[in-house]
Amino acid sequence: MKSPDRLTLAHLWVAFAAFAVACFFGVWQMWARSPLAAPFFTPEHYFISVTAHGVSMAFVLTTFFIMGFGYFTAESALERPLPGKSWAWLAFLLGILGTVMAVVTILSGRATVLYTFYPPLTASPFFYIGLVLVVVASWIWCVLMLVAMARWKHANPGRPVPLAMFATVANAVMWLWTTVGVASELLLIVIPAAFGWRETVDVGLTRTLFSWTLHAIVYFWLFPAYIAFYTMVPKAAGGRLYSDLMGRLSFVLFLLYSLPVGMHHLFMDPEHSTGFKFLQMMLTVLVTVPTLLTVFTIAASLEIAGRLRGGRGLFGWLRTLPYDRPMVLATALAFVMLFFGGGGGLVNMSYGLNALVHNTSWVTAHFHLIFGGTVVIMYFAIAYAIWPRLTGRQPESLGLQRLQLWLWFIGMMVMTLPWHWLGLQGQWRRVAQFDYANPIIAAWGPWVVLSLAGGLLLLASALLFVWNLASYHRGATQAAAPFRFALAVHMPERVPAMLNGFGVWNMLVLVLMLAAYGWPLAQFAVLSPPQAIVHHVGQGG
Amino acid sequence: MPASERDILATELRWSAVVAGAVGIIFGAILYAAVALHANPPSNIETIDPKTLHLSGEFTESNLGTRVEADGQVTTRIVATQFTFVPQCVVVPANRPVTLRLSSPDVIHGILVTGTNVNTMVVPGYVAQVHTEFTASGDLLMPCHEFCGLGHSQMWATVRVVPPESFRPDQDGRVACEKP
Repeated sequence: MKSPDRLTLAHLWVAFAAFAVACFFGVWQMWARSPLAAPFFTPEHYFISVTAHGVSMAFVLTTFFIMGFGYFTAESALERPLPGKSWAWLAFLLGILGTVMAVVTILSGRATVLYTFYPPLTASPFFYIGLVLVVVASWIWCVLMLVAMARWKHANPGRPVPLAMFATVANAVMWLWTTVGVASELLLIVIPAAFGWRETVDVGLTRTLFSWTLHAIVYFWLFPAYIAFYTMVPKAAGGRLYSDLMGRLSFVLFLLYSLPVGMHHLFMDPEHSTGFKFLQMMLTVLVTVPTLLTVFTIAASLEIAGRLRGGRGLFGWLRTLPYDRPMVLATALAFVMLFFGGGGGLVNMSYGLNALVHNTSWVTAHFHLIFGGTVVIMYFAIAYAIWPRLTGRQPESLGLQRLQLWLWFIGMMVMTLPWHWLGLQGQWRRVAQFDYANPIIAAWGPWVVLSLAGGLLLLASALLFVWNLASYHRGATQAAAPFRFALAVHMPERVPAMLNGFGVWNMLVLVLMLAAYGWPLAQFAVLSPPQAIVHHVGQGG
Repeated sequence: MPASERDILATELRWSAVVAGAVGIIFGAILYAAVALHANPPSNIETIDPKTLHLSGEFTESNLGTRVEADGQVTTRIVATQFTFVPQCVVVPANRPVTLRLSSPDVIHGILVTGTNVNTMVVPGYVAQVHTEFTASGDLLMPCHEFCGLGHSQMWATVRVVPPESFRPDQDGRVACEKP
């Protein structure tokens, strides 16, 4: 096994181990909220579980997956060895150290602040420092991706950077911008408070800094799914990418519009004016553009494949697609979940309408569908696509892979459709248990039990996924052919410099961020609002 | 540019027009709701010191609950604190404009009222204000909807919506839930 393969495998196994453990936490939480009595239930256990579930899924699964997949992409798409391999291993160890610190503080009950923190609630400083180490690891990854692209460009002057790598670097650049918000919050305010160096915090400021990160981080998680759509799916379906340029355009639009929109998470907050909420809502509407462009381009690419396989008529090509291939099946299921999840998202971002659903199960349903559904099912498909290359072995059974993907899809739909409904009824988020003696709440019981059944299907699927990957590590290896990404119908000889680098786009991000977040952050210095007293959790309790 | 590449570009431009149309419709609907229906999020940037909230002024205990002001405006003041609302039950009239004003002396809380559009975060340092009109009588749940600590799940209050004829303020303009 070559060393970059080991690097990628190490990252992805950490990611998927965290994912599998987090699925157990998730199911137990739904059990606790249902009318059925859950074992080990106390409110403290519940919120420890929510914190562990959120940190594992949102920080560990994603960061390690994206880093590992990035290293793989840099090598396979650029067809060059990865620069700075020892730095990559150092970043891996930092990430592991940070994860261990976070896990120990969470499980010992000293970090029960969920993965979104909520200062003035304040956890053990080692919880936050652990998370900062994971972020620092990802920063090292970002630099390695930038260096890899720069060296390739130097060796191939004027040539377009391969789309898969261009997208990976777009994600790295976006992530560097994204983490400025949460890093400032943690390093300047929350960690000093956790050490007891400051006794009060400006809650509006910490919420605003966190919102800076809170939306773009979701696109950081989403990027690998879109990279698979553009650079793996057309080939898996037996066709070609409809347009390479459209891919580049979509990725730079994600870089541009993911950042100045985080305030849509603060629509219901009292510390911001309607003016800036409205401005960021307008920018949020524009985030739909790259997604709608992608849906078109990928559908067109699949149409090429379907027609090559004999599909006729307006929609006949849909029937002839090779759904027996996990990548194609996952994409079809991902698009269905994107339809429902995206529709829910339009409601969330709709400024006034947000009041109907804010902090209800509707929102939980939305991000489980988009992230847990669309994104994570593509993480599965990517793993299935690259594992033969990484391990040098062919899968024992595609049938088990298809079964796993179907279970995930059905489980996700059965879990989240009732949540949407419950959210509209007013079922609120982040509570350990409901009083089913209350007549309003009693009517929710059957829907909660149904969603628990969906959660059990998801857990079964998660375990089958780990089984499927583990089964690659048995038996004799063969020399695996190099991994190839999809080709476009017209492979560009040259692309405009704007679509081959990020200089102009970084300037535009800066301008948009100044417009969207300049005054909303500066107002706290001008207004100097009264601060709230720090509440240390998990001490003396 | 070869013919097929021109075709692709033309198709993409047609789709871009569809995307622009979809974005325009979404944006138009939100703008209409905001301007014509006044569907705006709660956004009065009004600060108050959480450390002295309960000692003097608007959010002292005797001034909490529902009160009809001299100008006839109905205002309900509530303190959200770990892990209860003060008061635990408030009375409001149906079919009449009501202003809810909330604040927190400790950590972040939030409220929604089931079956209505009432929803706001309660952030220490600020007064959260929601204007609304309740349309049906009955007891509604008002839970804390933001994680505020281990007792969060037990934090909820009742909003008792009564018909206008049963809404009888005392000589001070105050209305409170009857003790059970």
